[in-house]
Amino acid sequence: MLKKSLLIGLTAGMVFATGAFAQDPLKIVYIGKNTGNPYFDSITGGFEDACKSLGCEFEFVAPATAEATSQIPFIEAQIQRGVNVIGIAPNSPDALNAVLDSARAAGILVLTVNGDLTGNESHRDATILPTNFDIVGRDQVEMVGSLIGYEGEIAILSATTEAPDQNKWIVGMNETLASDPKYAKMKLVATVYGDDQPEKSTTEMEALLSNFPDLKGVIAPTTVGIAAAAQVVQSRGIAATVHVTGLGLPSEMRDFVKDGTVTAFQLWSPYNEGWLAVHFAVGVLDGSIKNEVGTTFEVPDLGTITINPNNSINTQASLTTFDASNIDDFSF
Amino acid sequence: MTDTAAAPPLARDAAPPRPMWHVVLVRPETMTLVLLVLGVIVGSQLSEFFLDINYILKSFTLSAEFAIVALVLTMVIIAGEIDLSPASNMALSACLFAWAQQAGVPMPLAIVIGLVSGVAMGALNGLMVIGLQLPSIIVTIGTLTLYRGLAQVIAGDKSIRVPEWFTGINAVFIAGIPVPVLVFALLSIVLGLVLGTTMFGRQIYLIGTNEVAARHAGVRSRRIRMILFLLMGFASAVAGLMTASRLGSVRYDLGLGGELQMVLMAMLGGTYIFGGRGTILGTFLAAWLLVIVTTGMIVANWLPAWQLCVLGILLIVSIIATNFIYSRTQR
Repeated sequence: MLKKSLLIGLTAGMVFATGAFAQDPLKIVYIGKNTGNPYFDSITGGFEDACKSLGCEFEFVAPATAEATSQIPFIEAQIQRGVNVIGIAPNSPDALNAVLDSARAAGILVLTVNGDLTGNESHRDATILPTNFDIVGRDQVEMVGSLIGYEGEIAILSATTEAPDQNKWIVGMNETLASDPKYAKMKLVATVYGDDQPEKSTTEMEALLSNFPDLKGVIAPTTVGIAAAAQVVQSRGIAATVHVTGLGLPSEMRDFVKDGTVTAFQLWSPYNEGWLAVHFAVGVLDGSIKNEVGTTFEVPDLGTITINPNNSINTQASLTTFDASNIDDFSF
Repeated sequence: MTDTAAAPPLARDAAPPRPMWHVVLVRPETMTLVLLVLGVIVGSQLSEFFLDINYILKSFTLSAEFAIVALVLTMVIIAGEIDLSPASNMALSACLFAWAQQAGVPMPLAIVIGLVSGVAMGALNGLMVIGLQLPSIIVTIGTLTLYRGLAQVIAGDKSIRVPEWFTGINAVFIAGIPVPVLVFALLSIVLGLVLGTTMFGRQIYLIGTNEVAARHAGVRSRRIRMILFLLMGFASAVAGLMTASRLGSVRYDLGLGGELQMVLMAMLGGTYIFGGRGTILGTFLAAWLLVIVTTGMIVANWLPAWQLCVLGILLIVSIIATNFIYSRTQR
């Protein structure tokens, strides 16, 4: 099975590669939310490796701040440079509409990678998301349930009150807790917001512990939140009674997993987003992949990928769980 | 001075008049112009895609709103005051406008609401600075935060769409020039004339040089400074609406951090932060300088860290040069 998919992947890769070599190398650029974010280093790594194997040119650019309009001059510059593909992690769901339209009018394939223009999907060609965000909430409840024996008080430590992804997941968590009898003995006592700032997240975590002495589990579906929560649990030495899990970066969580503060947490592989984006873009531009809902195509290492409604593409079906057994395999 | 020996001792007290070329050339605006030319040359060396007038004009539209406000800010700084709230004013007036039209208020009225609220915000600044005699830097840091906060109260964290016909002012061209750039150029000419040739303009310089002396000389300092704050509010509201049109939607974080760019433009153009000196021409050139330099680095795919370094160095160099030139030409 593995051999077969590898073989298909290799052949597909070679077809793409020869296609790309036929003309000038494709120019692909990825515009991140801002610079200095290790998460994006990992996505960029996927872009780079895929471009190396398919023979296209890749560049990463990003503004200094993740402010809503800070990416506009960068998009204008890429249009001016005449790139073939713009991948972007949009800082705003709608402020980029006009400039993305002019990029597409210039014949550029526009892909949102790791974030989408929710409500404005017509302003990009396709979106590449790490996983199906509809089931993240459910998976996270299962994760914390398995850690606390499906019984006791739990709390959520989120990012900002308006963070769209986190809010979607929190809705999913609440629905799962309310509807699935498996989790009937688990009680969500509080949802607090650390605003993705380490200090605020720490304060909120401390407050949770003093307000709810019987707290058994905390879900922090944000990389800043889970690190702050783990830090509090570590310094108080209460890892045996309070279980912290959520979405975190292996690089930031490694020490907490090694010393037993955190048993397991989840995330996806940002690297695969870049890897998939390049394979998809090259395929669309050489005509071997039709950018239509329902189309399937093969990507080396990832297997068969399907284009879902709204031209949305996921790199993996569900979240990856990181624990002591595999955390050393991931560097992002 | 060949006849120094023959001159009476009294002549030593009066400095010789500066030669004409000195007056015209040794001034901060010259430095800005030189930097601008250098910027164009370096930019075209950095990337083959840079030297394209349409691209540069397009890039200018992204900063044109700030540049328009910077022109008025130049006059405020010359009068010895500062206003750090314009970017927040832009956001709040745009949010009020967008909120009103979304609530069913007819568009023309919504636009008026936006503009009037901008003027009202300018008036609030003016009343506190002039009426209560508070330092403008503190007052406007306060309103910078307040106006941004109110904008978030009104708009929440969601964006408000504006009607399709209202969008895309930056894509409307008159004689090949995008409208925001044209507005900026025309306003530069008008304000340049006001500041350089009218009594009102001369009084602004007087107030900035020595407010007390100006008042004793009969200059209505309070009134003129109030007018400047109102103008500032109005220009900010116009800039806010123009940004809303360019982006097609309004959020509370519209123009976030723009006050720094505006001050940067005025400073790069040789406006003296302590008042009394500066020109509209300087700010006009500096706005182009800023756009040329940032565009040149962005299209060359420079990392933001390097871009920030270059901008910082540019500002420091210009401050040193401005101070040097002013100290040489002071008396």
